[in-house]
This record gives sequence, C-alpha cells and structure tokens, in this order.
Amino acid sequence: MDPGHLACSGCGSPLGLRLALKALGEKTMVVIPASCASIIVGPFPYSALKVPIVHVAFETAACSASGIRASLDMQGDEETTVVAWAGDGGTFDIGIQALSGAAERNDDFIYICSDNEAYMNTGIQRSSATPYLAWTTTTPIGNLKERPKKDIMAIMAGHHIPYAATACVAYPEDFIRKLKKAKDMKGTRFIHLLSPCPPGWRIASDETIKVARLAVETKVFPLYEIEHGEIYILTYQPRGTPVKEYLSQQGRFRQLTDEQMTTIQENVDREWNRLMGQCEGAARRGVSRLAQ
Amino acid sequence: MKRVLSGNKAVAYGVMLSRVQVISAYPITPQTTIVEELSRFCAEGELEAKFIKVESEHSAMASIIASSLTGSRSFTATSSQGLALMHEMLHWAAGGRLPLVMVNVNRALGPGWNIWMDQSDSLSQRDTGWIQLYCEDNQEVLDTIIQAFKIAERVYLPVMVVLDAFFLSHTSEIVEIPHREEVDRFLPRFEPEYRVHPKKPQAYFGMVSPDYFMEFRYKMQRGMEETVEVARSVDEEFGRQFGRTYGIVEPYRCEDADVVMVTSGTVTSTSRVVIDRLWEDGIKVGLLKVKMFRPFPMEEIKRVLKGVEKVGVIDRNISFGHGGIFAQEIRSTFCNEDKRPMVFGFVMGLGGRDVTPETIEEAIHVTLENSRPKEETHWIGLKG
Repeated sequence: MDPGHLACSGCGSPLGLRLALKALGEKTMVVIPASCASIIVGPFPYSALKVPIVHVAFETAACSASGIRASLDMQGDEETTVVAWAGDGGTFDIGIQALSGAAERNDDFIYICSDNEAYMNTGIQRSSATPYLAWTTTTPIGNLKERPKKDIMAIMAGHHIPYAATACVAYPEDFIRKLKKAKDMKGTRFIHLLSPCPPGWRIASDETIKVARLAVETKVFPLYEIEHGEIYILTYQPRGTPVKEYLSQQGRFRQLTDEQMTTIQENVDREWNRLMGQCEGAARRGVSRLAQ
Repeated sequence: MKRVLSGNKAVAYGVMLSRVQVISAYPITPQTTIVEELSRFCAEGELEAKFIKVESEHSAMASIIASSLTGSRSFTATSSQGLALMHEMLHWAAGGRLPLVMVNVNRALGPGWNIWMDQSDSLSQRDTGWIQLYCEDNQEVLDTIIQAFKIAERVYLPVMVVLDAFFLSHTSEIVEIPHREEVDRFLPRFEPEYRVHPKKPQAYFGMVSPDYFMEFRYKMQRGMEETVEVARSVDEEFGRQFGRTYGIVEPYRCEDADVVMVTSGTVTSTSRVVIDRLWEDGIKVGLLKVKMFRPFPMEEIKRVLKGVEKVGVIDRNISFGHGGIFAQEIRSTFCNEDKRPMVFGFVMGLGGRDVTPETIEEAIHVTLENSRPKEETHWIGLKG
C-alpha cells in the first residue's frame, strides 16, 4: 500500500489493508465492493495499492472473487491469491447472499470483512453488524438499535468452510498469522476484522488502537478461529476487563444507563461462555479424533 | 453435421463451439435446458470451462463480469425475472466494456406468473448499453452466438442474443452444427486488449469524477455506432465461411410493396407464410425483420422503408403509457425525414398468446385499409 490514500485520520481500515497485503504478498488481486475502501484506495486514475484492484458493485464481492478465481484457474494461474475486502454492510447485509453462495460452493478465495459496525461511508447508518444499543444516524437517541449484532462467524461456520477467523487491527501479529494460515489453505476462507471508525464511533482519531484493544480485552470481540466449521480455537486470552470501560470510551454509547451497561455485560459473558463451550467441545473432539 | 436441436440446445452448441472459458448461470424456465446441456458438456469434457453454479442471476452476471475482466471468454443465459434481477450488473458489464455474451429467452414478467413468450424482459434492458440481437430460428440462434462473441470482442460491448420462449427454446428443428476447426478459424482465442492481470497493479472501475465520466459514456456510444458496421461485416464473413447470413435487418418481398410489416423473433416466420399467401391474392405486402435492436440500425431501416407509404409494426411487448417498443423506434427513425411512412403499431401475443397467421393478417388489413392509424397502438387478439 502506498501513502496518499483517502482514509479519514485514525481509520482502522487502511491499517488492516496494509497488514493484509503485507502478509499475502505481491501475487494478490483485491476485489473491493462499494465501501469505505472503495474511496480509500483512490479514484480513477489513481490507486493506493501495489496490487491490482477490481472495484465491484456493492453486493457482489464474493461472486466477483469467484469469477476472477475461475478465470485465473482457466489460465493456469493457481498461485495468485484472490482477496475480497468488503465492509460490514457489504458482508452482513447486502452481500450475504453472494457470500453464502460462494462459501457453500467453497470457491477459492480469502474474504476479509473490515467491520466498523455501521454504514460509515454513507455517514453512520445502522447495519446488522451494529451492536446492541449503539447510536447511529438511523438509530438515534430514543430509537436505539434493539437487536444484537448478527453472528456472522456462526453463519460462516454453518457453511463448513475450511477457515474462518476473527481479527482486530489492534492485534497485528494475530491478524498476520491468520492471514498466512489462510493463504496456505484452499477454498473459502473468511476473516472478520474489527476496525474502529473514529467519526462513527465518536472517538478521537488517536484512540483507534486503544478502543480496538478494549473490544478484545473486554471479550466483546474475542479473537478465535474456526476450522471446517467445527474446530473452535481461541487465539488470544483476553483479560476480561469490564465492558463498561470499552463502552464509556465511545460517544456512540454515551446515552447508555448503568442498567443497560449491565445488560450488555451479561450478554458479553453469555456469548463468551458459549464460545468457550465451543472451544472445549472442539478440543475434546480433536482429542478423540487423534485417538482414532 | 446436421442434428435435430431445440433452440436451447442450439445455444449450448454455440457456446461450446465458441470455446467459452467461464460460464456462470442460474436456472430459470424456459432457459433451464441451456444450463443443463452446458453442465453436461463441461462434465463430459466436450467443453473445457469453469461453470460457476451461482445462487442468483445477479451473481451470475457479476461473476462473469469479473471473469471476463480477468481475460476469459465468458457466458451466461437467463430469462425474464432473472434478467430483471441482473439489471444493475448489465450496466456494469457494458460500462466496463466487457465482451460478454448472454442468451435471454424472451419471457413475460410477473405478476401473475407467466413463463411464456413476451419481449418485455429484454426490451426493458434497452438502455443498459448491451447490443441486442433477436433470432428467428434455431440455426440462427447457434450461428448468432458464434457471431456475437466476434462482434463483442471487436467493439468491447456485451451482446444479448434473444430467442422466443418455447417457440424456439423448446421447439426442435434441423440445425447444421459447424465443425469445431471451422469455428476456431472464424473465432480465434480471446485476447483482450485490457485485462486485470496479477502482474499489473492497475485499478478497474473505481470512482470516476465528472471530469472524466462523460468521455467514458461518449466512447460507449461511439462503440455502439461502430457496432452496426462491425456486425454487418462479421455476418458477411460468417456467410463466406459457413454459407449462411442473416443481415442486421432482413427485407422480404419489400419491392413494390404497398405496405411493409416490421417483425422480430418467430413472428417473422409466420409472417412470411401470410405474406406469400397475400401476394398470391395480389395483395402487395412486404416484410422487414429487425434482428438488431441495439444499436438500432436506423440507416438500414430507412433504406428499406424509403418510399413506403404505410408500415405496420408488430410488438410482442408493451411500454405502458406509450405503446409497442419497436413501433416507437421505427417512428423515431423517421421523425426528421421529409417523407415518412404512416406507422401503425400493433401489440399482440403478450405472455405467450398465440400469434396465428390470422392475427397477423388482421394487422395487415388494418394497415392496408386505413390511410392513417386510428390509434397509436392497435391491440390485436384481445378477448371480450
């Protein structure tokens, strides 16, 4: 990635994109649907990336990646890695049909969802990745989002794809390790990358890493991977910092009462316990499989 | 080699002979047997291609846009609701100057559900920047697919090859299947001038500001204008090699005709029979088959219809609030001419209703017996 991209200051996305391209190397082609990234990488006739970019329609990241892969295969190029880099809107919402189709076919590409938890490119509107009780311009005070964030990892695991992982821009080593692991596999590989948006989350532009780190340490966004839809592995042991510390850093949660924060803490604990159960269950099955 | 083939099987043979490298399609009646046949060709190794079995027509078009941009000859087929779902991506394909070929089997759009012949699906995509070619029989379907790739790859615009639901898609006729080597000679390997390549860090289809956008669109229009001549020369070349030509429009018994009927698709074949019979009775009726709808071949049409007093246009489609779409195009072709024919617009055969020789004859008689149309659009064959 070259300097001179068009991201807002403090944006997590170019950080993630830079790390991803660093890990995946030069033989990479990037598919970008309508998203912040389609602006960040520059308008015609510029490009901020040192690899080819194909800009595609909002809901077509996955099937476009399928098309490129099929075409490269027909030309005998099995080396080049095809990467789709989409936002949460393009992944959780409008692009989920194409993503589900490609994942079910196990088409051979890496799909990275750079999740900033709302439609930030159009000015902070709620998506199905927006967390419970977060403020956005379409979930204003008085009408906050009352549904939890969609569990995209469970959905992807349900497709039995070879690899799915969560990652966070504040944990570059973990992210790079997962990218390299994904690169060495075939089939649909999915990485869910949490990437704070300072204007959308109402944080200062120098707080991106701090807040992203808190999302992980509070267990709001655990770092784990799922192999073949069933082997759950925790890749970072969080400290278990109270969720309140994460929420109170961000203007989008400014309106929350103590009671609501307690509810969110309970939700986080419940989800964490569920994840731990999956990791333990997988470990047990792993042992038994080894025993066979 | 001669075989008895349905229109849909003729499509599959055309695709196989064109050595398509990537296919992506979603089944829809009455297109389904195309994807079945192509799946079989791929499975049996008769066609070396990747067939992406997508979950929707939208993804079908999006994925072949990507595969074509990456340098592989690419194809899809659809119909009706499927084509409508693709609409966004049709603009993307044409704006991306990608030489795709798509078959659309003409079928009505719901509600209510109707799987039968109607041109409203393809004509609704008029302004997307796709070349549109309408076929009359199964031989023309096969030959047009091969020609379509050659045209598309010369002008860098996508081509929609259109055939009638059931009247062609599921009706079997004798079709001459050209030899593979002959087709290879006519249609060489796809070597695009521009393609996204792993070794070239270029960006395709990013944000284009008002400073550049209009020029891209102007070049598309110029590409469309050139297409008329390119298509004609491709057809002539095809004729020299395979002995069959179709023209972009085809006049039939137009000389000395008092009126000329304008048709597209299988109605043309029925009209030929009607017109031959009428000539026997001394009634001088000509026929103009319009194969190419986009770009609309205005000069060719003017040349044929010049001096004709009255023209009847048969439309198996309706633009609500205006009338039949081919009739509108014929009217606009002549609006700046000093001498122009009276244009009688006929809407018939919607949603698969049969267009019989009698239906066509009724339209001809309305055209013959009136000095000018009584109404912009005559509906023929309405009940009640």
